[in-house]
Amino acid sequence: MQELIIEAGRIERHYWLDLWRYRELFQVLAWRDLSVRYKQTVIGVLWALIRPFLTMLVFTVIFGRIAKLASDGTAPYALMVFAGMLPWTFFSTALAEASNSLITDANLISKVYFPRLIVPTATVVVAFVDFLISFCILMALMAWYRFLPNWQMLLLPIFVLLAFLASMGPALWITALNVRYRDFRYVIPFIVQFGLYVSPVGFSSSVIPEKWRLLYSINPMVGVIDGFRWCILGGQSPLYLPGLALSVVVTIFFLWFGVRRFRMMERSFADII
Amino acid sequence: MSDTAITVENLSKRYLIGHRFARRGARLTLREVVEREARNFTRKLADFARGRQIVQGDEVEEFWALKNISFDVKQGEALGIIGPNGAGKSTLLKILSRITEPTQGRVKIRGRVASLLEVGTGFHSELTGRENIYLNGAILGMTRTEIKRKFDEIVAFAEVEEFLDTPVKRYSSGMYVRLAFAVAAHLEPEILIVDEVLAVGDAAFQKKCLGKMSEVARQSRTVLFVSHNMGAIRTLTQKCILLEHGCIAASGNTENVIAAYLAKTLEVRAEALHTEDLEFFRRSRKDSSEAKIVRVGISGPYRESDLLPTIELGAKFTIEIHLAVYKALHGANVIMIIKTSQGEHVAVLASWDRDFGLSLEPGHHIVKVRINDLPLSPGRYFLDVGVDPTIDESCDVIFDYPLLSVVNDGQVVHWLERPWGVVHCQEVEWNAS
Repeated sequence: MQELIIEAGRIERHYWLDLWRYRELFQVLAWRDLSVRYKQTVIGVLWALIRPFLTMLVFTVIFGRIAKLASDGTAPYALMVFAGMLPWTFFSTALAEASNSLITDANLISKVYFPRLIVPTATVVVAFVDFLISFCILMALMAWYRFLPNWQMLLLPIFVLLAFLASMGPALWITALNVRYRDFRYVIPFIVQFGLYVSPVGFSSSVIPEKWRLLYSINPMVGVIDGFRWCILGGQSPLYLPGLALSVVVTIFFLWFGVRRFRMMERSFADII
Repeated sequence: MSDTAITVENLSKRYLIGHRFARRGARLTLREVVEREARNFTRKLADFARGRQIVQGDEVEEFWALKNISFDVKQGEALGIIGPNGAGKSTLLKILSRITEPTQGRVKIRGRVASLLEVGTGFHSELTGRENIYLNGAILGMTRTEIKRKFDEIVAFAEVEEFLDTPVKRYSSGMYVRLAFAVAAHLEPEILIVDEVLAVGDAAFQKKCLGKMSEVARQSRTVLFVSHNMGAIRTLTQKCILLEHGCIAASGNTENVIAAYLAKTLEVRAEALHTEDLEFFRRSRKDSSEAKIVRVGISGPYRESDLLPTIELGAKFTIEIHLAVYKALHGANVIMIIKTSQGEHVAVLASWDRDFGLSLEPGHHIVKVRINDLPLSPGRYFLDVGVDPTIDESCDVIFDYPLLSVVNDGQVVHWLERPWGVVHCQEVEWNAS
């Protein structure tokens, strides 16, 4: 029979095992968030299509037409923007949804035990479904421009995973902070808005001068977005490897840091929330 | 000791709570407000810098919800936990179900735990009844196959077949709690931790829940059960713990612990008489509800002694309920349960039984019930009162309120050490032939 000891400050040895044991709760919460997301809306899931599409239009006009920035190789500007929009929207939705998730589920936290990591992680599934929907727009755009993908397209899942990890790290950290200090609720929209212009979403990162390129890649989303463009535009946008490596390192660091902070603060969630 | 399911050793839990200086009467000057806000701001900033939790208020105080609690629960034993509000019962259950961490001490638990601290945790109002069964089941730790297997049983228990595919936000509050309890009632853990969840639904459903719970207790599962309903505690448990101000005030045989608790309630009543404070006895009142019970008492010839209104053996009495009505009532039902100090129900009165419904405009009202045929034996009697605007919901409930004391003041002169029973029959004709 399993024996459990509860003590102050005890590090839970079975935490990761528990996480696995509660995988059904993860599925159920993800499914709940999904089925509730567009309830009582008129156009429902179309919102997931409209938002990235309109942003793409605006960026194409401002950066492509008015500022006349160069696209990657021969790829149409709109396509390049959209290839960047995809991971960025995924990142920002995941961050925003995850960071509020614990607060929205406050009554769950204060009444039932389960590894708290499940709640913010499950919301990322919602972001992922939105991502898949937007991916259909990308397909349509590619057909419109008669742009054929190359073999690089097959490597896209790797960068999707990278985008997931890159959003998980900061998301977990901010989620945990948000429980304790609600100030972070106001910080997130700011990060998302600010990040949209700091990351190479509306423009190609080849616009950045060579000597700043490595420094620029400290932003983990730079590596992800560049990777997406490389895959989708079929090598028209060459991959800057040192930058990618740095982005991966930063991502892993944030992931480790986020999980660690989350685990440390997790124990007091029920008391503070 | 292999037959111990739960061992609790020196368990303590501290909370930080904030106070706000309230200076009633005097208005704060602008300068005082600015000073106060500035002081709060610097304190919060310092807490933030040190990574500590921030507490709202002008003054932070430590509060020990539990102090050095130790006890054991054996495998297959049902343990009741009773005590006044704020005694630490819920905190204890939260620690045992791993929701929050103790500040000191340790707990050893052997077996799979399921805890039920609230009915319908995680129910989502946009989802249908069917979907919520799966959601709630998963939250309570059931696997999907387990829920599928018991699905029909759950639906039948909750009596919501026709509304399975309706979003629960369209449910009446009665249906909602029935469904929520039904899911929880079909959990099958080795250790079940239950907080005051039986105080939901109408009386018939409560009885059904109680039946289900005693079934669980009989299946040699370990049960920890918190309730304010002494009857339920008595039916379900053999052993009990009385918690008071975070300490164990009494423990052991359920009957003895309940007696100790009710004796204490009487002491509190002494203070309540001065402050007119019913809050101690109040359960489940929503701020938005239609009416509030503001006073409970009896009228008729009685004297005040032994902290309670005291009547003579055989005297008739009238129960008076003072109600503050906020929203007009249309034919509300009033339910009263007269109980002995052991918590046994002597009489259950429902105004609807006599086709009497309260229809009152907002304002202060007094409801009187004259009871002519209840010859109580000497002893102390307690009262539960509820006002139910509709069949499914109650707007205010008072529990275990010390109502009156009956004394033998010379009405009976022979054989005074007799066991009295609950009623002392007055209109008796003896005959011999």
